[in-house]
Amino acid sequence: MRASRKVAIAASSVLILCLMGSIFTLRRVDRMRNAATLEEVLYVSSPTALKRMSLGYNGLLADIYWTRAVQYFGGKHHDGATHLDLLAPLLDIAAALDPQLLAVYEFGSNFLAAKPPNGAGMPERAVKLEEFGIKNNPDEWRLYYNLGFIYYLDLKDYAHAAETFDRGSHVPNAHPWLKILAAQMAQHAGEIQTARMLWTTTLQSSQEHYIRANAVAHLRALQVDEDVTNLERVASFYKQKNGRWPSSFAEIARAGLMTGTPVDPLRRPYRLTTDGHVEVRSPDDLPFIEKGTPPGYVPPKKPKFLPTD
Amino acid sequence: MNSNPMNFRIAHIATNTFREAVRDHVLYNLIAFALLMSGAAILVGQISFGIERLVVINLGLASVSLFGTVIAIFIGIGLVSKEIDKRTLYTMLTHPVRRWEFIVGKFVGLSGTLVVNTFFMAIGVFAALLYVSRHFQKADVWVLVALYFIILQFLIITALALLFSSFSSPLLSAVFAFSLFIIGSFSEDLRGFAAMTNGLARWITTGAAYLVPNFSALNVISSVAHQQPVAGHLILYNTAYALLYTTMAISGAVLIFERRNLK
Amino acid sequence: MTAIEILGFEKTYSVGFWRKKQKCALKPLHLQVQEGEIFGFLGPNGAGKTTTLKMLMGLVFPTAGTARILGMQLDDPRMKAQIGFLPEQPYFYDYLTARELLEYYGQLSGMPARSGHGRVNETLERVGLSHASDVQLRKFSKGMLQRVGIAQAILHDPKIVFFDEPMSGLDPMGRREVRDLMAQLKRDGKTVFFSTHILSDAESLCDRVAIIHRGELRGVGAVADLTSSVQGKVEIVWQGTVAPAGMKAWGVDFHVTGKTVRCVVTEDQQDAAIEMLRRDRLRLISVIPVRTSLEDYFVSKLKTGKMEAHAGVGS
Repeated sequence: MRASRKVAIAASSVLILCLMGSIFTLRRVDRMRNAATLEEVLYVSSPTALKRMSLGYNGLLADIYWTRAVQYFGGKHHDGATHLDLLAPLLDIAAALDPQLLAVYEFGSNFLAAKPPNGAGMPERAVKLEEFGIKNNPDEWRLYYNLGFIYYLDLKDYAHAAETFDRGSHVPNAHPWLKILAAQMAQHAGEIQTARMLWTTTLQSSQEHYIRANAVAHLRALQVDEDVTNLERVASFYKQKNGRWPSSFAEIARAGLMTGTPVDPLRRPYRLTTDGHVEVRSPDDLPFIEKGTPPGYVPPKKPKFLPTD
Repeated sequence: MNSNPMNFRIAHIATNTFREAVRDHVLYNLIAFALLMSGAAILVGQISFGIERLVVINLGLASVSLFGTVIAIFIGIGLVSKEIDKRTLYTMLTHPVRRWEFIVGKFVGLSGTLVVNTFFMAIGVFAALLYVSRHFQKADVWVLVALYFIILQFLIITALALLFSSFSSPLLSAVFAFSLFIIGSFSEDLRGFAAMTNGLARWITTGAAYLVPNFSALNVISSVAHQQPVAGHLILYNTAYALLYTTMAISGAVLIFERRNLK
Repeated sequence: MTAIEILGFEKTYSVGFWRKKQKCALKPLHLQVQEGEIFGFLGPNGAGKTTTLKMLMGLVFPTAGTARILGMQLDDPRMKAQIGFLPEQPYFYDYLTARELLEYYGQLSGMPARSGHGRVNETLERVGLSHASDVQLRKFSKGMLQRVGIAQAILHDPKIVFFDEPMSGLDPMGRREVRDLMAQLKRDGKTVFFSTHILSDAESLCDRVAIIHRGELRGVGAVADLTSSVQGKVEIVWQGTVAPAGMKAWGVDFHVTGKTVRCVVTEDQQDAAIEMLRRDRLRLISVIPVRTSLEDYFVSKLKTGKMEAHAGVGS
């Protein structure tokens, strides 16, 4: 009896010690292998080989790679990284495994082309991805929209954008705005209205939460740009009339040139500088704005446009 | 002997095979499956947006297919060899049961087990689907077709496992059966590859490509997940193919078992 | 009518990795068993008894030769419905209970469901397993499995019952019960064919026996006939502890047990021995002729390697 109790105690202690030890060494090993883990996901980097190895379960595998792509993006964004090298391969593989997984093309058009830290900064690969999608799903209007979006926003190639939107508008059940966007490209590409139309379409047609948050952030930025432009125009009109810059919006309102206190999309009041410039109170919370930032402002490394920010 | 008793005997052997599987706790795999589907249904919304249905169908049907294939192989390889090892066949065959009736009965029993198992799993998949979509859609009927094809797949695998079991040890049978399952899933590629070779290699690869079970055509999980319909012709031809292939494999098993010495 | 007729059964196995070597398990065997008799198939382990039985049951296919049971071919289902088989160290589906197993086999034999239940209960009672009828077979002891084996062999009231080493693994009580059962089967008009290497069982039960060794039949005959030959010796028992000097001179063995002495002398010496005992005033208890036991016959047959047939048997 005594001997077996001794053995029991010894064995339990050894078990617990080894368990703790193995957890400790595991954490050490993880730290060493940090970079390696995601590479292994792509160990089979040939999509055709992977499709064959999936034994017919390519749909499921595509979903898994797609999920990994989204997590990868979220993780990199959280780290404030500037190199999102693996996003393109992950999306390519997901598309190869399941060419009809439309979510992949949508994500690609939003985050593959955009410059870091907002995206991976690979507009050409994004174009390739969309064209692959169009080839496999010629009747999906969204894909033409995605492609036009990239040409417009990231490549500033308005001619191609117009052509793509036009192609898309002929597809059955296409969003009615595609035709309008095609037309806008020709004359009014740089205008805020066009951009607003684009982002609104994205917001309406996507259910993916990163994409929606991104669209909302862009729409807010457009609003800010528009507001700042209008408010600065009113301020200079005041100067013209009264020979000096206004000291506050209240003054401009008293002069009958505007009503109320102007607020930004986050409901914070705009600031009027002494030389007639309009600024937002917290530019860090309004990514993508092109106007209304104080001079010498540097946007944060980690732009806050995702819902997790 | 009139045919009525023959059908009864086959039915009795089939029922006993089913009973053996149940008492072997095979159906407990349904618990693991239920947990998997529940977890997936609940978590999928947090991970991917807009493709919940897609993921549930992909994951659900892939699991049904994989769980069932594993069961078909693991039980199938022992159907005959276990009875020989355990010598339960000695008394069985001295009763007025023909050897081929024994083989057919075993096949029907295991297939029946898999159909029952799949039925419960189908309930799980549809429950998860209902949970993420809130209501059934017209396109869900194609999920039933995909499940039907998966059952056809099971019939073929079971027949093959039974064939191997009639002459080979469980370990070898498992290796053969799994290999055929893997090769069969890209049999279309194999036939394409065979067409590109020449001479003797072409004969061999073409022969192999036609002999290997065609699982690629029986896997419509991806397209069903995208709510695409399955052509009626495909359903018809797949059914015919599965029945023919299954019968071929079972005939092989009967042939081998008929003259086997049970030392 | 001939219950079992074996015509030249032969079995050769190809062994070795390339299946080139031939191993002969059974040389051509000719044997007949009549209806209503208990026939013992004797031989040491590996003699070919089980091979013969398996060939009769259609589990193994003979390399040459045929056999008929009840005049029918070995694969005839009608014939199979009239025979029962108990293999050596039987195994059954261990996830079934005894009752379920018997019902299953009954169904396969074509027993109608209604009368089936009654027969199952009756048979379970007969083999003494009523108390364990709903216990899973995986929990059965060896002896209980043997009884289940017997039960399934007699369940459908067959005309011939084949037993392969029916006493193996049983305790003395169990062996007694099996012997009684086999005797009862004979009284019911059934034929019993069983193989064994335990001669005492055969001696007490069988009408006729066959002896097989190394795949070859060495002797067949009625037990009574085989053991009837008198060896020409007598066993003399007398009271006392000493033997007459004259007998000692013959060099025979004397066994002293308590107050009696026993020895074996030839028939010629018998009268002289009795005379010597009378002269020494030793009280004679018995004079009994010594008969061949089945064991003696058995051992002698194994040694000579010659085939012998005795009256009353066709071969």
